[in-house]
Amino acid sequence: MNPAPLIAVVGNPNAGKSALFNALTGARQKVGNYPGVTVERKSGRTVLPDGRPVELVDLPGAYGLDPSSPDEAVTRNVLLGTFAGERRPDALLVVVDASNLDNHLRFALQLIGLGLPTVVALNMIDMARRDGLDLSAERLSSLLGVPVIETIAVRRKGTDELRGALEQVLAQPTRSTALAQDPQLLQREARRISEAATVSETPVRRWTHRLDRVLLHPVAGPLILGLVMFTMFQAVFAWSEAPIGWIESGMAALGEAIAASLPEGLFRSLIVDGLIGGVGAVVVFLPQILILFFFILLLEGTGYMVRAAFLMDRLMSRAGLSGRAFIPLLSSFACAVPGIMATRTIDNEKDRLTTILVAPLMTCSARLPVYTLIIAAFIPDRTLGPGIGLQGLVMFGLYIAGIGGALIAALLLRKTVARGGKSFFMMELPKYQMPALKDVAIGLWQRALIFLKRAGGIILVTTVVLWALASFPQAKPGEQQSEVSLAGRIASGIEVLVKPIGFNHDIALALIPAMAAREVAVSAIATVYAIDQSDEEQMAQSLEERLAGNWPLPTALAFLAWFVFAPQCISTIAITRRETNGWKWPAFMVGYLFALAYAAAGITYWTAVALGL
Amino acid sequence: MTVAAPFSQFQLSLDELAVGSRGRIAAVEWHLLDEGEVCRLKHFGFDEGVTVEPLHLGPFGRDPLAVRVGRMTVAIRRNHARAIRVAPSF
Repeated sequence: MNPAPLIAVVGNPNAGKSALFNALTGARQKVGNYPGVTVERKSGRTVLPDGRPVELVDLPGAYGLDPSSPDEAVTRNVLLGTFAGERRPDALLVVVDASNLDNHLRFALQLIGLGLPTVVALNMIDMARRDGLDLSAERLSSLLGVPVIETIAVRRKGTDELRGALEQVLAQPTRSTALAQDPQLLQREARRISEAATVSETPVRRWTHRLDRVLLHPVAGPLILGLVMFTMFQAVFAWSEAPIGWIESGMAALGEAIAASLPEGLFRSLIVDGLIGGVGAVVVFLPQILILFFFILLLEGTGYMVRAAFLMDRLMSRAGLSGRAFIPLLSSFACAVPGIMATRTIDNEKDRLTTILVAPLMTCSARLPVYTLIIAAFIPDRTLGPGIGLQGLVMFGLYIAGIGGALIAALLLRKTVARGGKSFFMMELPKYQMPALKDVAIGLWQRALIFLKRAGGIILVTTVVLWALASFPQAKPGEQQSEVSLAGRIASGIEVLVKPIGFNHDIALALIPAMAAREVAVSAIATVYAIDQSDEEQMAQSLEERLAGNWPLPTALAFLAWFVFAPQCISTIAITRRETNGWKWPAFMVGYLFALAYAAAGITYWTAVALGL
Repeated sequence: MTVAAPFSQFQLSLDELAVGSRGRIAAVEWHLLDEGEVCRLKHFGFDEGVTVEPLHLGPFGRDPLAVRVGRMTVAIRRNHARAIRVAPSF
């Protein structure tokens, strides 16, 4: 049997292509990467009126067949049938923005010139009417020589007509291929056709322009952006707290239930501590990822994201980055994982790579438990002035150290490993629109799946490996498991390395499980100090006291400095692997961040010792 | 290269054009830009004879610029806008 015909959905960025793709295929989509590049491939199925299934592939938005970004190169190669691993489409569904015809028709003409059966979706026809533009789809169709269907993708309008038109063109023999034309000639042709298809135009004050006068205002603009970001952060922390609690207690209950039904031993430990612990470590990230992406998709869908990039571009360019890096980096303050996933919107490859590499330097929420514990144990609760406490100041300093480190690292990376591809900021500011909630939901679903599938496996395996390291070989009576285990021996090896920067054996031991996630360091230290864990509050308190008694102050400060930089988060490493398509960049990231962490902890320790602290 | 002689004495670069005033592109100094930038600007519709209007400036250092070109509004950095010569319309 022949495979289902492949139809490529193709068009300019901001033509509403993805919404149309969602409208045609629904939520059952396959999301992955094109082989060898970090360009997302989305495909789905729909059924034509005659009952025949067809496969749709959502090609990356492009302005033309002469590529100026990796995304556009994929689009071109797939359309020309030269992309290894993707068959050439049997038909094209070209999406154009009805209110921006003179620009979008240029690419449409190029695409029609490819000679494949083609249908044009005259999308966002409602917005064009709102702008006072009256267009004739019939006229446009006769001028272009292909069927033209009016659609409103976000309202799911025009999809049945599209399916009908696709069925028709698929039944027709392929047209002869016209030669690709000079872009400037095509542009003039596009303007001519656009004018001819316009029945009338009434000039109206455009909504978008009025909104931009406020949102891009030199003073109000940044203030509103600050407010939006503040709200987003409040929500990420406030809304995720409860679900994270449910996941943690759910996992704990599951662990207890299984523990009760299994005999004590290695197998039980593997299931409860290894597997359930590992699954828990993966799922516990979901609430923050979903909430953050809810906001990111909303900002993206409304068109505000590009405005945020516009407002911040100048400041970001100081660090050699583009304004597009602002939201991903800011998101990384909650968690670097969604931050790194959000770098997809950065079109310059080197900018994107740099942003990914510095994202883990932003102080994510997982560092807070470590910071809180150490600060509470070692930094006296003194006030330095009205409303300024020493403890808060140290915490603030740690955040600043992360940001400063990120900016310097970005500058250096842009001059070395991520050199070239001049930071490039040329973006269309699309019209504001209300995204369909369904499109946001589909986007969230896809992000969740990507995280669970791609990062989940690696995180799970690592957790089990870490469990094995801590469990073997087993301690004989009278021996400490933490000392005789492989992890304990590795810790003795690490201790030699970290002794110069003031770390003791207990810290070396805590660093190994903390590879899974930073906050694990706290419970690992607690375990090392073998404190009665029946009363949590008491545990935290006595842990602080224990630490204060056991660690010299320079060691504690060095430990804090270490966590500003150390890449101790398997999820971040796993998602970096997915987003950079290989182990090269995550390996580099881990290497440079450990080096930075070592240097920062060392400098802190030696300075503190020299000052006699 | 085309030189729009009758306009030459009134020419400004796009970044010098005041916000809210319009101009016609007299020439684009493509050689000042690299390949990807040229490609993207052409795709945005920057071409001789096209009307442009700066709409907004970035809050820091008045950079980047939001410019209306045709029916689109696009953001470009000031250093790229400098390569675009415009004849202001009064």
